[in-house]
Amino acid sequence: MNPTNYLYLSAILFSIGAVGVIVRRNAIVVFMCIELMLNAANLAFVTFAKMNGNLEGQVIAFFTMVVAACEVVVGLAIIVTIFRSRRSASVDDASLLSR
Amino acid sequence: MTSENLVYFIALPLFSSALLMLLGRKADKWGHIFATLVSASVFVLGVMEFLAMRDRPEESRALTQKLFTWISVGSFNVDAGLLLDQLSIAFVLLITGVGTLIHIYSIAYMSHDRDRRRFFSYLNLFIAAMLLLVLGDSYLNLYVGWEGVGLASYLLIGFWNQKPEYATAAKKAFVANRVGDFGLSIAVMIAFAHFGTVSFGGIEEKVGGASETALTAMGLMLLLAATGKSAQFPLQAWLGDAMAGPTPVSALIHAATMVTAGVYLITRSNFVFDNAPNAQLAVVIIGAITLLFGAIIGTAKDDIKKALAASTMSQIGYMIMATGFGPAGYAFAIMHLLTHGFFKAGMFLGAGSVMHGMNDEVNMRRYGGLAKFMPITTITFGLGYLAIIGVPPFAGFYSKDKIIETAFNAGGVQGIIFGSTALLGAIITAFYMTRVMMMTFFGNKRWADDAHPHESPFLMWAPMAVLAIGSVASGYLLYSGKAIVKWLAPVVDKHHHEHTELLPPIVVSALAVTAVLIGVGIALAKYRGELSATAPQDVSIFTRVARRDLLQDDANEFMFMRPGQKLTEVLVKTDDKVIDGMVRGVAASTIGSARGMRKIQTGYVRNYALLILLGALAAFVAILVVTL
Repeated sequence: MNPTNYLYLSAILFSIGAVGVIVRRNAIVVFMCIELMLNAANLAFVTFAKMNGNLEGQVIAFFTMVVAACEVVVGLAIIVTIFRSRRSASVDDASLLSR
Repeated sequence: MTSENLVYFIALPLFSSALLMLLGRKADKWGHIFATLVSASVFVLGVMEFLAMRDRPEESRALTQKLFTWISVGSFNVDAGLLLDQLSIAFVLLITGVGTLIHIYSIAYMSHDRDRRRFFSYLNLFIAAMLLLVLGDSYLNLYVGWEGVGLASYLLIGFWNQKPEYATAAKKAFVANRVGDFGLSIAVMIAFAHFGTVSFGGIEEKVGGASETALTAMGLMLLLAATGKSAQFPLQAWLGDAMAGPTPVSALIHAATMVTAGVYLITRSNFVFDNAPNAQLAVVIIGAITLLFGAIIGTAKDDIKKALAASTMSQIGYMIMATGFGPAGYAFAIMHLLTHGFFKAGMFLGAGSVMHGMNDEVNMRRYGGLAKFMPITTITFGLGYLAIIGVPPFAGFYSKDKIIETAFNAGGVQGIIFGSTALLGAIITAFYMTRVMMMTFFGNKRWADDAHPHESPFLMWAPMAVLAIGSVASGYLLYSGKAIVKWLAPVVDKHHHEHTELLPPIVVSALAVTAVLIGVGIALAKYRGELSATAPQDVSIFTRVARRDLLQDDANEFMFMRPGQKLTEVLVKTDDKVIDGMVRGVAASTIGSARGMRKIQTGYVRNYALLILLGALAAFVAILVVTL
């Protein structure tokens, strides 16, 4: 199978994620979209590794997973805390900076 | 030779001055007596040093004392040191001698003033500073004394500073002096740049190797300093106003001692001027201008003190002119300085005595016929008068005659011009001094209604009598056997120049006496009859100009004050509009741009996310554009 197709898939996934981050209000969904973008990037890395015949891309995919895991921990904690204090998971409600 | 005693000349009066100031009112009862005793003891010290000096052989007459290392930076070393040589001792005796007499006079003159102690404290401060000026062994030490006398002069002119115009007079004197001091500081810098030292001895050793340009520059700067302190053209305008001070101050500081500091400075710097003929010529010209300038003002003044002040200016012009003639003139300049110290101080004290008896009236138009009521003042003032106009054998005859002779002997056209100027000055001097005599002591009474003239107390007339004796005898004593010339030769005429003679001395003397007779004759013809109590107003333009001090204040205002004020205004505007404008502009533009930038901080996460995305896209496109 032509590896370029994986790259197309990766680009589509990244675009869906990016659009989701920009248009959705629910913090959980925004969060999931970010994960989607990270995984799209991972897919691209692995594909490049396969195309070039070395392991560097795959190693970076592992790094990305570790970073994503940490980010999930911190991000979910923030979302839960905001939900507790504001009774809402909408990102638009957390816009104190503009006032 | 070194000595350990020189420091007392300065320490004693300085200590006394500080003591009287610090003790305040506690010292009111005895302060004046203490200060007078200190001044007298310094005089005794001076006389002892003089007698000791006279007994030593000529080459070991000068005494030095190193006080401490003052400045030591790299190759620049200045010791605070004192030097008492034949020139200094003449000044020391004049300053402390006349100073003590004036202390005594002031005890009576200032007896009604509640601040008499402060006055005596300032007088002692002046004595200390003036002695430091003449005893310093380097230009930098001299500078300290120079500034010190300026301060004392300022304090004493403004002694009655509750009157605003007196305070202004003090300020004027201070500012004019500062202009001159600026010249002295530059001269010190030139000395250091070219000789690496500022001591008199050090410079004299190295003066042969210096360029004439440097010496001329230094000489001109020293001359500027002298014009400030000695009220010479063009910095002469302060002296007339300085008469705002109490009369003993006018006698001591603004007639006998401080204003002659310029003459001392030039004489002390003889090694500079002797090697810079252009600077010498400038000195002579300044002296000649001032001697006429002062004399002309003197003819028009009705205020007795201002007439005497103008006369001081003129007489110092003679001295400055004499110093400009080099080794031929220094000794005569100093001789005229000493005799002038006697007769002018004596006349000022006489004027003070007249004012004392006439309710502090200074306008000579309100005097007249005082000879009968103040016989002692009349006689002492009269002896001073005979001395200043140069009637033989009084003191002024010897000294002024010698200056006129030196001027004629300068040679060539210059000699004739300057000699004639000096002669013309002598005519005018005789005229205005006769005018002062006639208007004050003779003629009809034009007193104010409440005037009750009376002779002054003993404490006042005794110093006047002593000074009158000096006015009579000092000229003969100083000149008999060329005493002063021989005495000063080791300092000012080391190489024993032979002086040429254009006119034989007897001819010059005859000319001088004729000049005096002409001046006296004109004045007698003009002021013999009845005078009115007010100054006539329908006078020629010349008289009017002379009454306005030959427009000296108008010239200063026009040339310096107005442009200075304009400059200040422009600078204030520049500061306000340009400098502050720039600062305010930066602040305003920061605030403005911040106001604009704030709008993009919406607080919505998705806006930030969009911006990040757009940024990433832009970076991506940029990379593509660069690589493709």
